Amino acid sequence: MPDPVLSYALPVLLLAAFPFIGGLLRGIDRKITAHMQSRIGPPVLQPFYDVIKLWGKKPFITSQFQPVLAFGYLGFSLMAAAILVFRLDLLLLLFTVATADVCLVAASFNSKSPYSHIGGMRELLSVLSYEPVMIMSIISIYFATRSFLVGGIFSLAYPLLLLLPGVFVAMGFVLIVEMKKSPFDISASMHAHQEIVRGVFTEFSGYTMAMVELGHWVKMMLILSIMAYFWAPNLLIGVGLALLLFFVSLVVDNIYPRLTWQRMLKTTWTFGFTLILANLVALFLLGGV
Amino acid sequence: MDIMNKARVKSPWVLHFNCGSCNGCDIEILAALAPRFDVERFGIINIGNPKQADVLLVTGPANRRNFRVLKNLYDQMPETKVVIVVGSCGSTGGVFYNCPNVLGGVDKVVPVDVYVPGCAARPEQIIDGFILGLQKLAEKGKKKVEGR
Repeated sequence: MPDPVLSYALPVLLLAAFPFIGGLLRGIDRKITAHMQSRIGPPVLQPFYDVIKLWGKKPFITSQFQPVLAFGYLGFSLMAAAILVFRLDLLLLLFTVATADVCLVAASFNSKSPYSHIGGMRELLSVLSYEPVMIMSIISIYFATRSFLVGGIFSLAYPLLLLLPGVFVAMGFVLIVEMKKSPFDISASMHAHQEIVRGVFTEFSGYTMAMVELGHWVKMMLILSIMAYFWAPNLLIGVGLALLLFFVSLVVDNIYPRLTWQRMLKTTWTFGFTLILANLVALFLLGGV
Repeated sequence: MDIMNKARVKSPWVLHFNCGSCNGCDIEILAALAPRFDVERFGIINIGNPKQADVLLVTGPANRRNFRVLKNLYDQMPETKVVIVVGSCGSTGGVFYNCPNVLGGVDKVVPVDVYVPGCAARPEQIIDGFILGLQKLAEKGKKKVEGR
């Protein structure tokens, strides 16, 4: 008989905390980035100020469908997070994340702005670059645990990281693409580089932008949580690992310039696929399966 | 709505438009963004997108070529917003005063809230202008609440 607190109350609390932790991480991200550039940087709560301010701005809707899609992006991201915290199917999680991305891309194509269109195309390319790596990672998790359920990871007696170190590193690439960090930030831009204005986010403003921002935090938290599950027996170590990779992605963001989409596809596919395949071959040869 | 106003003052996103300036003021604005003055510690980001911006930062005099662009950018910014003009040219027309191709200060085209004079205005002055602009932003926010 499963404990009702552990199986229902705790996941719901975790799900509610997802956007807040994500926002805090974004604030810490901006602070660390500023310090790396020998600046002081904004307060850690800055992302929350941004979202509250955006919510209070006068609505500026370019098409009737746009708010629906912005809400869809946030909603599907939250749904994917719910699938993760309730320990359901990893494949379903992947499809829900893809649906959230489709919402974002459809919203960017739902206006006549050329910047928004370029951003949407590039967002599709970044989906193309991380989605296969994510599918392969989930298939590897299946080979290690013989289950597509998140619960399967927890039924292992030892951490998943010992079986799948290559997959963990490959997920790092997914994290950087998903966070829209520097070598792979082709679809949207912040700060100085504005050759496509704000890319896929150009046509959002006011509360639609706030929803997209929240959805972005949830998706970032989603990938970080999957990484934390690589050390499922002791989740504190898992969270530490995820935060370590978060920090690595900030370092990479600060030392690498933006790549073209061709180099982005080459990088994620060659490194991602090679790491995962090598990992799987080793797993089969050592008889871990 | 106090939280909303606090957030508004703490996160002004800037749209920087060069209205035919000599780039002197623009370099000073970039200096304000760079590590020495680092205006991002006040939450100021050069966002480059009128639909998400709160502050329109204009340099240079309004002229017959680009006043439509300036007007368009101003109209694309959703409320609440303030306009800050940086430099002598933007404030009054400066050395271009009475030129046939120049309309004069930016206030001939869009309503201006804060003037930062100087040729070129220094980063300290620009930051001071920002503080004044944020006070006006807060006032506008309060008015918006009372107007409802």
